[in-house]
Amino acid sequence: MKHPVGYGADARLRWTEWLPWVVAVAVFFLLPEYLSLGARVLTYILFALSLDLVLGYAGIVTLGHAAFFGTGAYVAGILAAKLGVTDPVIQLLASAAAAALLGLATGAVILRTHGLAQLMLTLAVAAVCLEIANKATALTGGADGLSGVSVAAIFGQFKFDMYGRTAYLWCLLLVFTGWWLVRRVIYSPFGATLTGIRENSVRMHSIGAPVYQRLLTVYTLSAAMAGTAGALLTQTNQFVGLNVLGFEPSGEILVMLILGGVGRLYGAFVGPLLFLIAQDYLARQFPEYWYFGIGLILVLVVLFARGGILGISDAIIARMGRKS
Amino acid sequence: MSAVLETRDLCKRFGALTVADNINFRLEAGAKHALIGPNGAGKTTFVNLLTGLLAPSSGTVMLGGQDVTLLPQSGRVKRGLGRTFQINTLFREMSVLDNVALGIAERLGLSGKLWRPAGHYAAVREEAMSLLDSLAIADQAARRVSDLPYGQQRLVEIAIALGLKPTVLLLDEPAAGVPSLETERILNALDSLPKTIAILIIEHDMDLVFRFADRITVLVQGEVLCEGAPQEIANDARVQSVYLGERRA
Repeated sequence: MKHPVGYGADARLRWTEWLPWVVAVAVFFLLPEYLSLGARVLTYILFALSLDLVLGYAGIVTLGHAAFFGTGAYVAGILAAKLGVTDPVIQLLASAAAAALLGLATGAVILRTHGLAQLMLTLAVAAVCLEIANKATALTGGADGLSGVSVAAIFGQFKFDMYGRTAYLWCLLLVFTGWWLVRRVIYSPFGATLTGIRENSVRMHSIGAPVYQRLLTVYTLSAAMAGTAGALLTQTNQFVGLNVLGFEPSGEILVMLILGGVGRLYGAFVGPLLFLIAQDYLARQFPEYWYFGIGLILVLVVLFARGGILGISDAIIARMGRKS
Repeated sequence: MSAVLETRDLCKRFGALTVADNINFRLEAGAKHALIGPNGAGKTTFVNLLTGLLAPSSGTVMLGGQDVTLLPQSGRVKRGLGRTFQINTLFREMSVLDNVALGIAERLGLSGKLWRPAGHYAAVREEAMSLLDSLAIADQAARRVSDLPYGQQRLVEIAIALGLKPTVLLLDEPAAGVPSLETERILNALDSLPKTIAILIIEHDMDLVFRFADRITVLVQGEVLCEGAPQEIANDARVQSVYLGERRA
Protein backbone atom coordinates (compact mmCIF):
# COMPACT_ATOMS: atom_id res chain seq x y z
CA MET A 1 0.00 0.00 0.00
CA LYS A 2 3.06 2.28 0.04
CA HIS A 3 2.30 4.47 -2.88
CA PRO A 4 5.07 4.96 -5.34
CA VAL A 5 4.74 8.47 -6.72
CA GLY A 6 6.80 10.31 -9.30
CA TYR A 7 7.46 10.10 -13.01
CA GLY A 8 7.27 6.35 -13.32
CA ALA A 9 4.19 5.92 -11.16
CA ASP A 10 0.74 4.87 -12.21
CA ALA A 11 -1.58 7.45 -10.68
CA ARG A 12 -4.82 5.60 -11.38
CA LEU A 13 -6.96 4.65 -8.41
CA ARG A 14 -6.51 1.12 -7.18
CA TRP A 15 -9.49 -0.78 -5.83
CA THR A 16 -8.03 -0.74 -2.32
CA GLU A 17 -8.22 3.05 -2.37
CA TRP A 18 -12.01 2.86 -2.44
CA LEU A 19 -12.06 0.80 0.78
CA PRO A 20 -12.00 3.75 3.24
CA TRP A 21 -14.99 5.29 1.51
CA VAL A 22 -16.95 2.05 1.44
CA VAL A 23 -16.26 1.63 5.15
CA ALA A 24 -17.22 5.25 5.88
CA VAL A 25 -20.55 4.92 4.07
CA ALA A 26 -21.20 1.54 5.69
CA VAL A 27 -20.65 3.07 9.13
CA PHE A 28 -23.28 5.68 8.36
CA PHE A 29 -25.93 3.02 7.73
CA LEU A 30 -24.82 0.28 10.12
CA LEU A 31 -23.57 2.12 13.20
CA PRO A 32 -25.87 5.12 13.65
CA GLU A 33 -25.03 5.38 17.37
CA TYR A 34 -21.36 5.99 16.56
CA LEU A 35 -21.81 8.88 14.16
CA SER A 36 -20.53 11.57 16.53
CA LEU A 37 -17.36 9.55 17.15
CA GLY A 38 -17.24 9.00 13.40
CA ALA A 39 -17.37 12.74 12.71
CA ARG A 40 -14.57 13.25 15.18
CA VAL A 41 -12.48 10.57 13.47
CA LEU A 42 -13.12 12.15 10.09
CA THR A 43 -12.14 15.59 11.39
CA TYR A 44 -8.84 14.23 12.65
CA ILE A 45 -8.28 12.35 9.40
CA LEU A 46 -8.44 15.66 7.57
CA PHE A 47 -6.06 17.17 10.12
CA ALA A 48 -3.70 14.18 9.79
CA LEU A 49 -3.80 14.44 5.98
CA SER A 50 -2.67 18.05 6.24
CA LEU A 51 0.19 17.00 8.51
CA ASP A 52 1.20 14.13 6.23
CA LEU A 53 1.60 16.59 3.38
CA VAL A 54 4.22 18.63 5.25
CA LEU A 55 5.79 15.93 7.42
CA GLY A 56 5.46 12.78 5.34
CA TYR A 57 6.09 14.27 1.92
CA ALA A 58 8.00 17.53 2.37
CA GLY A 59 9.81 16.38 5.53
CA ILE A 60 9.01 19.48 7.60
CA VAL A 61 8.96 18.33 11.23
CA THR A 62 6.39 20.29 13.16
CA LEU A 63 5.16 20.17 16.73
CA GLY A 64 2.84 23.12 16.24
CA HIS A 65 0.34 22.08 13.62
CA ALA A 66 -2.46 22.77 16.09
CA ALA A 67 -1.80 26.48 15.50
CA PHE A 68 -3.63 26.13 12.20
CA PHE A 69 -6.21 23.66 13.46
CA GLY A 70 -7.00 25.95 16.40
CA THR A 71 -7.03 29.09 14.29
CA GLY A 72 -9.55 27.45 11.98
CA ALA A 73 -11.64 26.37 14.94
CA TYR A 74 -11.64 29.85 16.47
CA VAL A 75 -12.34 31.70 13.23
CA ALA A 76 -15.40 29.53 12.58
CA GLY A 77 -16.45 29.89 16.22
CA ILE A 78 -16.02 33.67 16.38
CA LEU A 79 -17.84 34.12 13.09
CA ALA A 80 -20.76 32.05 14.39
CA ALA A 81 -20.94 33.23 17.99
CA LYS A 82 -19.83 36.85 17.77
CA LEU A 83 -20.46 38.04 14.24
CA GLY A 84 -23.59 36.15 13.37
CA VAL A 85 -22.14 34.45 10.28
CA THR A 86 -23.82 31.08 10.52
CA ASP A 87 -23.37 29.76 7.00
CA PRO A 88 -21.14 26.67 7.35
CA VAL A 89 -19.54 27.03 3.92
CA ILE A 90 -18.54 30.64 4.58
CA GLN A 91 -17.21 29.59 7.99
CA LEU A 92 -15.07 26.88 6.41
CA LEU A 93 -13.71 29.15 3.71
CA ALA A 94 -12.90 31.89 6.22
CA SER A 95 -11.18 29.39 8.52
CA ALA A 96 -9.15 27.94 5.68
CA ALA A 97 -8.16 31.41 4.50
CA ALA A 98 -7.16 32.59 7.99
CA ALA A 99 -5.12 29.45 8.65
CA ALA A 100 -3.48 29.72 5.21
CA LEU A 101 -2.52 33.31 5.95
CA LEU A 102 -1.03 32.28 9.28
CA GLY A 103 0.79 29.42 7.54
CA LEU A 104 2.22 31.79 4.93
CA ALA A 105 3.32 34.37 7.51
CA THR A 106 4.89 31.94 9.98
CA GLY A 107 6.18 29.58 7.29
CA ALA A 108 8.09 32.49 5.75
CA VAL A 109 10.21 32.53 8.90
CA ILE A 110 10.12 28.90 10.04
CA LEU A 111 11.08 27.41 6.68
CA ARG A 112 14.30 29.40 6.57
CA THR A 113 15.52 27.23 9.45
CA HIS A 114 16.22 23.50 9.73
CA GLY A 115 16.17 20.71 12.23
CA LEU A 116 15.82 21.54 15.88
CA ALA A 117 15.46 25.29 15.31
CA GLN A 118 12.57 24.61 12.97
CA LEU A 119 10.95 22.28 15.47
CA MET A 120 11.24 24.86 18.26
CA LEU A 121 9.80 27.61 16.06
CA THR A 122 6.73 25.55 15.16
CA LEU A 123 6.22 24.95 18.86
CA ALA A 124 6.64 28.66 19.58
CA VAL A 125 4.07 29.70 16.96
CA ALA A 126 1.47 27.40 18.50
CA ALA A 127 2.31 28.68 22.00
CA VAL A 128 1.89 32.29 20.89
CA CYS A 129 -1.47 31.49 19.27
CA LEU A 130 -2.60 29.78 22.46
CA GLU A 131 -1.68 32.77 24.57
CA ILE A 132 -3.44 35.19 22.22
CA ALA A 133 -6.60 33.10 22.40
CA ASN A 134 -6.24 32.94 26.18
CA LYS A 135 -5.97 36.71 26.59
CA ALA A 136 -8.45 37.86 23.94
CA THR A 137 -11.39 36.87 26.13
CA ALA A 138 -13.81 39.27 24.45
CA LEU A 139 -13.49 37.31 21.23
CA THR A 140 -12.57 33.82 22.34
CA GLY A 141 -14.04 33.50 25.82
CA GLY A 142 -10.53 32.75 27.07
CA ALA A 143 -10.20 29.75 29.34
CA ASP A 144 -13.99 29.38 29.57
CA GLY A 145 -14.15 28.57 25.89
CA LEU A 146 -16.39 29.95 23.23
CA SER A 147 -19.99 28.78 23.41
CA GLY A 148 -23.09 29.87 21.56
CA VAL A 149 -21.75 28.66 18.24
CA SER A 150 -24.65 28.35 15.86
CA VAL A 151 -24.39 26.79 12.45
CA ALA A 152 -27.08 27.19 9.83
CA ALA A 153 -28.21 24.47 7.47
CA ILE A 154 -25.62 23.42 4.90
CA PHE A 155 -26.42 24.96 1.51
CA GLY A 156 -29.63 26.15 3.25
CA GLN A 157 -30.90 22.56 3.02
CA PHE A 158 -29.32 20.19 5.52
CA LYS A 159 -29.67 21.04 9.19
CA PHE A 160 -27.24 19.69 11.76
CA ASP A 161 -29.39 17.11 13.58
CA MET A 162 -29.00 15.76 17.10
CA TYR A 163 -28.01 12.30 15.84
CA GLY A 164 -24.99 13.71 14.07
CA ARG A 165 -26.08 12.36 10.68
CA THR A 166 -25.59 15.64 8.83
CA ALA A 167 -22.35 16.37 10.68
CA TYR A 168 -20.97 12.94 9.73
CA LEU A 169 -21.79 13.31 6.05
CA TRP A 170 -20.50 16.90 6.02
CA CYS A 171 -17.20 15.75 7.50
CA LEU A 172 -17.07 12.85 5.08
CA LEU A 173 -17.59 15.19 2.12
CA LEU A 174 -14.73 17.41 3.28
CA VAL A 175 -12.37 14.55 4.02
CA PHE A 176 -13.09 13.16 0.57
CA THR A 177 -12.31 16.54 -0.99
CA GLY A 178 -9.15 16.89 1.11
CA TRP A 179 -8.00 13.37 0.25
CA TRP A 180 -8.58 13.99 -3.45
CA LEU A 181 -6.61 17.24 -3.33
CA VAL A 182 -3.70 15.73 -1.41
CA ARG A 183 -3.62 12.76 -3.74
CA ARG A 184 -3.41 15.01 -6.78
CA VAL A 185 -0.64 17.05 -5.19
CA ILE A 186 1.55 14.12 -4.17
CA TYR A 187 1.34 12.48 -7.59
CA SER A 188 2.11 15.76 -9.40
CA PRO A 189 5.56 17.02 -10.41
CA PHE A 190 5.25 19.42 -7.46
CA GLY A 191 4.73 16.44 -5.17
CA ALA A 192 7.81 14.77 -6.64
CA THR A 193 9.88 17.86 -5.83
CA LEU A 194 8.57 17.78 -2.25
CA THR A 195 9.82 14.21 -1.90
CA GLY A 196 13.07 15.35 -3.46
CA ILE A 197 13.43 18.11 -0.87
CA ARG A 198 12.75 15.63 1.93
CA GLU A 199 15.29 13.20 0.51
CA ASN A 200 18.05 15.69 -0.24
CA SER A 201 17.55 19.43 -0.14
CA VAL A 202 21.20 20.07 -1.05
CA ARG A 203 20.70 18.30 -4.35
CA MET A 204 17.37 20.04 -4.95
CA HIS A 205 19.18 23.37 -4.72
CA SER A 206 21.85 22.17 -7.12
CA ILE A 207 19.32 21.19 -9.79
CA GLY A 208 17.90 24.69 -9.63
CA ALA A 209 14.76 24.08 -7.58
CA PRO A 210 13.35 27.04 -5.62
CA VAL A 211 13.29 24.95 -2.45
CA TYR A 212 12.10 27.62 -0.03
CA GLN A 213 9.24 28.70 -2.28
CA ARG A 214 8.09 25.08 -2.73
CA LEU A 215 8.13 24.49 1.01
CA LEU A 216 6.22 27.69 1.66
CA THR A 217 3.58 26.68 -0.88
CA VAL A 218 3.00 23.27 0.68
CA TYR A 219 3.09 24.69 4.21
CA THR A 220 0.39 27.21 3.32
CA LEU A 221 -1.71 24.56 1.63
CA SER A 222 -1.38 22.27 4.62
CA ALA A 223 -2.27 25.10 7.01
CA ALA A 224 -5.46 25.76 5.04
CA MET A 225 -6.42 22.09 5.32
CA ALA A 226 -5.69 22.00 9.05
CA GLY A 227 -7.78 25.16 9.45
CA THR A 228 -10.66 23.51 7.63
CA ALA A 229 -10.41 20.54 9.97
CA GLY A 230 -10.50 22.93 12.92
CA ALA A 231 -13.62 24.61 11.55
CA LEU A 232 -15.24 21.18 11.21
CA LEU A 233 -14.52 20.51 14.87
CA THR A 234 -16.23 23.76 15.82
CA GLN A 235 -19.24 23.06 13.63
CA THR A 236 -19.78 19.55 14.95
CA ASN A 237 -19.11 20.43 18.63
CA GLN A 238 -20.71 23.88 18.52
CA PHE A 239 -18.09 24.92 21.04
CA VAL A 240 -14.44 25.95 20.95
CA GLY A 241 -12.14 25.27 23.90
CA LEU A 242 -8.65 26.66 24.42
CA ASN A 243 -7.22 23.14 24.17
CA VAL A 244 -7.55 23.19 20.34
CA LEU A 245 -4.47 25.39 20.32
CA GLY A 246 -2.55 23.54 23.02
CA PHE A 247 0.40 21.26 22.72
CA GLU A 248 -1.88 18.26 23.05
CA PRO A 249 -3.55 18.29 19.63
CA SER A 250 -0.19 19.03 17.94
CA GLY A 251 1.35 16.05 19.68
CA GLU A 252 -1.69 13.80 19.29
CA ILE A 253 -2.01 14.35 15.57
CA LEU A 254 1.68 13.49 15.22
CA VAL A 255 1.12 10.33 17.27
CA MET A 256 -1.89 9.40 15.12
CA LEU A 257 0.06 9.87 11.91
CA ILE A 258 3.05 7.89 13.19
CA LEU A 259 0.69 5.11 14.29
CA GLY A 260 -0.91 4.95 10.86
CA GLY A 261 2.28 5.44 8.88
CA VAL A 262 3.97 8.67 7.79
CA GLY A 263 4.20 9.60 4.11
CA ARG A 264 1.75 6.93 3.00
CA LEU A 265 -1.41 8.96 2.42
CA TYR A 266 -3.61 6.28 3.98
CA GLY A 267 -1.66 6.31 7.23
CA ALA A 268 -3.60 9.51 7.89
CA PHE A 269 -6.78 7.41 7.71
CA VAL A 270 -5.68 4.44 9.79
CA GLY A 271 -3.95 6.40 12.56
CA PRO A 272 -6.80 8.67 13.73
CA LEU A 273 -9.30 5.81 13.38
CA LEU A 274 -7.27 3.52 15.59
CA PHE A 275 -6.22 6.22 18.04
CA LEU A 276 -9.67 7.68 18.62
CA ILE A 277 -11.40 4.31 18.87
CA ALA A 278 -8.75 3.13 21.31
CA GLN A 279 -9.14 6.37 23.24
CA ASP A 280 -12.93 6.00 23.29
CA TYR A 281 -12.75 2.40 24.45
CA LEU A 282 -9.89 2.74 26.90
CA ALA A 283 -11.30 5.92 28.43
CA ARG A 284 -14.50 4.04 29.20
CA GLN A 285 -12.81 0.91 30.54
CA PHE A 286 -9.93 2.53 32.41
CA PRO A 287 -10.91 6.16 33.00
CA GLU A 288 -7.75 6.83 34.99
CA TYR A 289 -5.14 4.97 33.00
CA TRP A 290 -6.31 5.16 29.41
CA TYR A 291 -3.33 7.20 28.24
CA PHE A 292 -1.13 4.33 29.36
CA GLY A 293 -2.68 2.16 26.65
CA ILE A 294 -2.10 4.79 23.97
CA GLY A 295 1.48 5.20 25.15
CA LEU A 296 2.07 1.48 25.04
CA ILE A 297 0.79 1.21 21.48
CA LEU A 298 3.02 4.09 20.43
CA VAL A 299 6.11 2.60 22.04
CA LEU A 300 5.46 -0.71 20.27
CA VAL A 301 4.97 0.97 16.91
CA VAL A 302 8.08 3.11 17.21
CA LEU A 303 10.19 0.16 18.38
CA PHE A 304 8.99 -2.52 16.03
CA ALA A 305 7.10 -0.92 13.17
CA ARG A 306 8.69 2.26 11.92
CA GLY A 307 6.28 2.42 8.99
CA GLY A 308 3.27 2.40 11.32
CA ILE A 309 0.30 0.07 11.00
CA LEU A 310 0.40 0.31 7.21
CA GLY A 311 4.09 -0.54 7.30
CA ILE A 312 3.22 -3.78 9.09
CA SER A 313 0.54 -4.64 6.55
CA ASP A 314 3.01 -3.91 3.73
CA ALA A 315 5.52 -6.28 5.26
CA ILE A 316 2.90 -9.03 5.63
CA ILE A 317 1.71 -8.62 2.04
CA ALA A 318 5.30 -8.67 0.79
CA ARG A 319 6.03 -11.86 2.73
CA MET A 320 2.90 -13.59 1.44
CA GLY A 321 3.85 -12.52 -2.09
CA ARG A 322 7.26 -14.12 -1.71
CA LYS A 323 5.85 -17.41 -0.42
CA SER A 324 3.20 -17.87 -3.09
CA MET B 1 38.00 32.35 -26.74
CA SER B 2 35.69 33.85 -24.14
CA ALA B 3 35.39 32.64 -20.59
CA VAL B 4 32.07 31.03 -19.71
CA LEU B 5 33.04 30.91 -16.07
CA GLU B 6 35.46 33.24 -14.39
CA THR B 7 36.46 34.25 -10.88
CA ARG B 8 38.18 37.47 -9.90
CA ASP B 9 40.13 37.69 -6.64
CA LEU B 10 37.83 35.12 -5.09
CA CYS B 11 38.40 34.66 -1.36
CA LYS B 12 36.77 32.50 1.25
CA ARG B 13 37.78 32.58 4.88
CA PHE B 14 36.41 30.56 7.77
CA GLY B 15 37.63 32.67 10.68
CA ALA B 16 41.42 32.71 10.49
CA LEU B 17 41.47 29.88 7.97
CA THR B 18 41.72 30.99 4.36
CA VAL B 19 40.46 28.23 2.07
CA ALA B 20 40.28 30.28 -1.12
CA ASP B 21 42.98 32.91 -1.52
CA ASN B 22 42.56 35.40 -4.37
CA ILE B 23 41.65 32.82 -6.95
CA ASN B 24 41.61 34.16 -10.50
CA PHE B 25 40.34 31.45 -12.72
CA ARG B 26 38.98 31.26 -16.28
CA LEU B 27 37.08 28.42 -17.84
CA GLU B 28 36.90 28.84 -21.61
CA ALA B 29 33.89 27.78 -23.67
CA GLY B 30 34.16 24.12 -24.56
CA ALA B 31 37.27 23.63 -22.42
CA LYS B 32 38.08 20.36 -20.69
CA HIS B 33 39.75 21.72 -17.63
CA ALA B 34 40.99 19.83 -14.60
CA LEU B 35 41.51 21.18 -11.10
CA ILE B 36 44.03 19.19 -9.10
CA GLY B 37 45.74 19.64 -5.80
CA PRO B 38 46.61 17.76 -2.62
CA ASN B 39 43.96 16.94 -0.03
CA GLY B 40 42.67 20.01 1.73
CA ALA B 41 43.76 22.35 -1.06
CA GLY B 42 40.26 23.84 -1.18
CA LYS B 43 39.05 22.25 -4.42
CA THR B 44 35.57 21.36 -3.23
CA THR B 45 35.27 24.75 -1.49
CA PHE B 46 36.10 26.36 -4.80
CA VAL B 47 33.35 24.39 -6.53
CA ASN B 48 30.91 25.34 -3.77
CA LEU B 49 31.82 28.99 -4.30
CA LEU B 50 31.22 28.64 -8.03
CA THR B 51 27.78 27.07 -7.58
CA GLY B 52 26.63 29.41 -4.83
CA LEU B 53 26.43 26.76 -2.12
CA LEU B 54 28.91 28.97 -0.26
CA ALA B 55 29.08 32.75 -0.37
CA PRO B 56 32.59 34.18 -0.92
CA SER B 57 34.20 36.48 1.64
CA SER B 58 35.25 38.73 -1.24
CA GLY B 59 35.72 38.64 -4.99
CA THR B 60 33.36 37.93 -7.85
CA VAL B 61 32.08 34.96 -9.81
CA MET B 62 31.17 35.58 -13.45
CA LEU B 63 28.99 33.16 -15.40
CA GLY B 64 28.50 33.76 -19.11
CA GLY B 65 30.04 37.21 -18.73
CA GLN B 66 27.65 38.28 -15.99
CA ASP B 67 28.32 38.79 -12.31
CA VAL B 68 26.48 36.03 -10.43
CA THR B 69 28.19 36.47 -7.06
CA LEU B 70 24.93 37.35 -5.36
CA LEU B 71 22.76 34.95 -7.33
CA PRO B 72 21.44 31.91 -5.43
CA GLN B 73 22.18 28.40 -6.67
CA SER B 74 18.91 28.04 -8.55
CA GLY B 75 19.63 31.21 -10.55
CA ARG B 76 23.06 29.91 -11.57
CA VAL B 77 21.59 26.55 -12.61
CA LYS B 78 19.11 28.41 -14.82
CA ARG B 79 22.10 30.10 -16.46
CA GLY B 80 23.60 26.77 -17.35
CA LEU B 81 25.75 25.75 -14.39
CA GLY B 82 25.49 22.07 -13.46
CA ARG B 83 27.48 20.13 -10.89
CA THR B 84 28.03 16.73 -9.35
CA PHE B 85 29.15 16.00 -5.81
CA GLN B 86 32.23 14.29 -4.47
CA ILE B 87 30.08 12.34 -2.02
CA ASN B 88 26.92 10.94 -3.62
CA THR B 89 24.14 13.46 -3.12
CA LEU B 90 21.14 11.56 -4.39
CA PHE B 91 17.46 11.17 -3.62
CA ARG B 92 18.09 7.83 -2.00
CA GLU B 93 14.54 6.60 -1.48
CA MET B 94 13.45 7.55 -4.97
CA SER B 95 13.79 5.57 -8.18
CA VAL B 96 16.70 6.11 -10.54
CA LEU B 97 14.24 7.48 -13.06
CA ASP B 98 12.86 10.04 -10.61
CA ASN B 99 16.34 11.11 -9.56
CA VAL B 100 17.02 12.18 -13.11
CA ALA B 101 13.48 13.32 -13.93
CA LEU B 102 13.42 15.84 -11.08
CA GLY B 103 16.21 17.84 -12.67
CA ILE B 104 14.82 17.56 -16.18
CA ALA B 105 11.38 18.74 -15.00
CA GLU B 106 13.04 21.62 -13.20
CA ARG B 107 14.87 22.64 -16.36
CA LEU B 108 11.68 22.44 -18.43
CA GLY B 109 9.83 24.53 -15.85
CA LEU B 110 7.31 21.76 -15.13
CA SER B 111 8.15 20.92 -11.57
CA GLY B 112 5.88 23.54 -10.01
CA LYS B 113 2.83 21.94 -11.61
CA LEU B 114 0.58 20.48 -9.00
CA TRP B 115 -2.39 19.10 -10.79
CA ARG B 116 -1.69 16.40 -13.34
CA PRO B 117 0.21 13.29 -12.21
CA ALA B 118 3.95 13.41 -12.88
CA GLY B 119 3.59 10.25 -14.99
CA HIS B 120 1.50 12.30 -17.40
CA TYR B 121 4.59 14.21 -18.55
CA ALA B 122 5.90 11.61 -20.97
CA ALA B 123 8.52 13.97 -22.42
CA VAL B 124 10.28 14.16 -19.04
CA ARG B 125 10.24 10.39 -18.64
CA GLU B 126 11.48 9.75 -22.17
CA GLU B 127 14.32 12.23 -21.85
CA ALA B 128 15.31 10.68 -18.52
CA MET B 129 15.25 7.19 -20.05
CA SER B 130 17.39 8.16 -23.03
CA LEU B 131 19.88 9.82 -20.67
CA LEU B 132 20.04 6.67 -18.52
CA ASP B 133 20.40 4.67 -21.69
CA SER B 134 23.42 6.71 -22.74
CA LEU B 135 25.04 5.79 -19.42
CA ALA B 136 23.99 2.15 -19.84
CA ILE B 137 21.86 2.11 -16.69
CA ALA B 138 18.42 2.31 -18.31
CA ASP B 139 17.66 -1.20 -17.04
CA GLN B 140 17.96 0.12 -13.47
CA ALA B 141 15.44 2.95 -13.99
CA ALA B 142 12.74 1.55 -11.73
CA ARG B 143 15.06 0.57 -8.89
CA ARG B 144 15.49 2.58 -5.76
CA VAL B 145 18.77 4.43 -6.03
CA SER B 146 19.94 3.28 -2.59
CA ASP B 147 19.70 -0.33 -3.83
CA LEU B 148 22.24 0.24 -6.61
CA PRO B 149 25.91 -0.65 -6.29
CA TYR B 150 28.15 2.33 -5.58
CA GLY B 151 29.58 2.62 -9.07
CA GLN B 152 26.14 2.86 -10.62
CA GLN B 153 25.11 5.43 -8.03
CA ARG B 154 28.06 7.50 -9.28
CA LEU B 155 26.59 7.30 -12.76
CA VAL B 156 23.22 8.51 -11.45
CA GLU B 157 25.08 11.35 -9.75
CA ILE B 158 26.37 12.41 -13.17
CA ALA B 159 23.07 11.69 -14.95
CA ILE B 160 21.25 14.17 -12.70
CA ALA B 161 23.68 16.92 -13.70
CA LEU B 162 23.54 16.01 -17.39
CA GLY B 163 19.73 16.23 -17.25
CA LEU B 164 20.13 19.94 -16.60
CA LYS B 165 21.79 20.31 -20.03
CA PRO B 166 24.44 22.57 -18.56
CA THR B 167 26.78 24.76 -20.60
CA VAL B 168 29.25 24.59 -17.72
CA LEU B 169 29.62 21.29 -15.90
CA LEU B 170 31.52 20.94 -12.64
CA LEU B 171 32.47 17.36 -11.78
CA ASP B 172 33.72 16.86 -8.24
CA GLU B 173 35.72 13.61 -8.32
CA PRO B 174 33.27 11.76 -10.55
CA ALA B 175 35.33 8.58 -10.50
CA ALA B 176 36.00 8.44 -6.76
CA GLY B 177 35.48 4.88 -5.60
CA VAL B 178 34.30 3.71 -9.00
CA PRO B 179 35.55 0.41 -10.48
CA SER B 180 37.60 0.88 -13.63
CA LEU B 181 34.89 -0.50 -15.89
CA GLU B 182 32.55 2.23 -14.78
CA THR B 183 35.27 4.88 -14.95
CA GLU B 184 35.41 3.95 -18.61
CA ARG B 185 31.66 4.46 -18.91
CA ILE B 186 31.92 7.84 -17.22
CA LEU B 187 34.67 8.93 -19.60
CA ASN B 188 32.73 7.72 -22.61
CA ALA B 189 29.67 9.62 -21.45
CA LEU B 190 31.72 12.78 -21.01
CA ASP B 191 33.33 12.31 -24.41
CA SER B 192 29.95 12.01 -26.09
CA LEU B 193 28.73 15.32 -24.67
CA PRO B 194 28.44 18.24 -27.10
CA LYS B 195 31.85 19.85 -27.56
CA THR B 196 30.45 23.25 -26.60
CA ILE B 197 30.04 22.24 -22.95
CA ALA B 198 32.83 23.48 -20.75
CA ILE B 199 33.80 20.94 -18.11
CA LEU B 200 35.75 21.51 -14.94
CA ILE B 201 36.77 18.23 -13.36
CA ILE B 202 38.28 17.74 -9.92
CA GLU B 203 40.04 14.43 -9.79
CA HIS B 204 42.71 12.53 -7.94
CA ASP B 205 43.09 9.85 -10.57
CA MET B 206 45.99 11.27 -12.62
CA ASP B 207 45.48 8.86 -15.51
CA LEU B 208 41.97 10.14 -15.89
CA VAL B 209 43.06 13.77 -15.58
CA PHE B 210 45.77 13.50 -18.22
CA ARG B 211 43.52 11.54 -20.55
CA PHE B 212 40.61 13.90 -20.23
CA ALA B 213 41.86 17.42 -19.66
CA ASP B 214 43.35 19.83 -22.16
CA ARG B 215 44.16 22.30 -19.43
CA ILE B 216 45.06 21.88 -15.76
CA THR B 217 45.01 24.22 -12.79
CA VAL B 218 46.89 23.27 -9.63
CA LEU B 219 45.46 24.49 -6.35
CA VAL B 220 47.56 24.40 -3.17
CA GLN B 221 46.33 25.71 0.18
CA GLY B 222 43.61 27.78 -1.40
CA GLU B 223 45.94 29.40 -3.94
CA VAL B 224 46.44 28.77 -7.63
CA LEU B 225 49.98 27.42 -7.88
CA CYS B 226 50.07 27.27 -11.66
CA GLU B 227 47.99 26.61 -14.72
CA GLY B 228 48.85 25.20 -18.11
CA ALA B 229 48.59 22.40 -20.64
CA PRO B 230 48.95 18.88 -19.21
CA GLN B 231 52.55 18.50 -20.40
CA GLU B 232 53.61 21.79 -18.81
CA ILE B 233 52.01 20.79 -15.53
CA ALA B 234 53.60 17.35 -15.57
CA ASN B 235 57.02 18.91 -16.10
CA ASP B 236 56.61 21.77 -13.65
CA ALA B 237 59.13 21.43 -10.84
CA ARG B 238 56.91 23.19 -8.28
CA VAL B 239 54.01 20.88 -9.02
CA GLN B 240 56.24 17.86 -8.72
CA SER B 241 57.60 18.94 -5.37
CA VAL B 242 54.30 20.13 -3.89
CA TYR B 243 51.89 17.71 -5.36
CA LEU B 244 53.19 14.79 -7.34
CA GLY B 245 56.22 14.47 -5.08
CA GLU B 246 54.02 14.39 -2.08
CA ARG B 247 51.91 11.67 -3.59
CA ARG B 248 54.92 9.52 -4.35
CA ALA B 249 56.20 9.84 -0.83
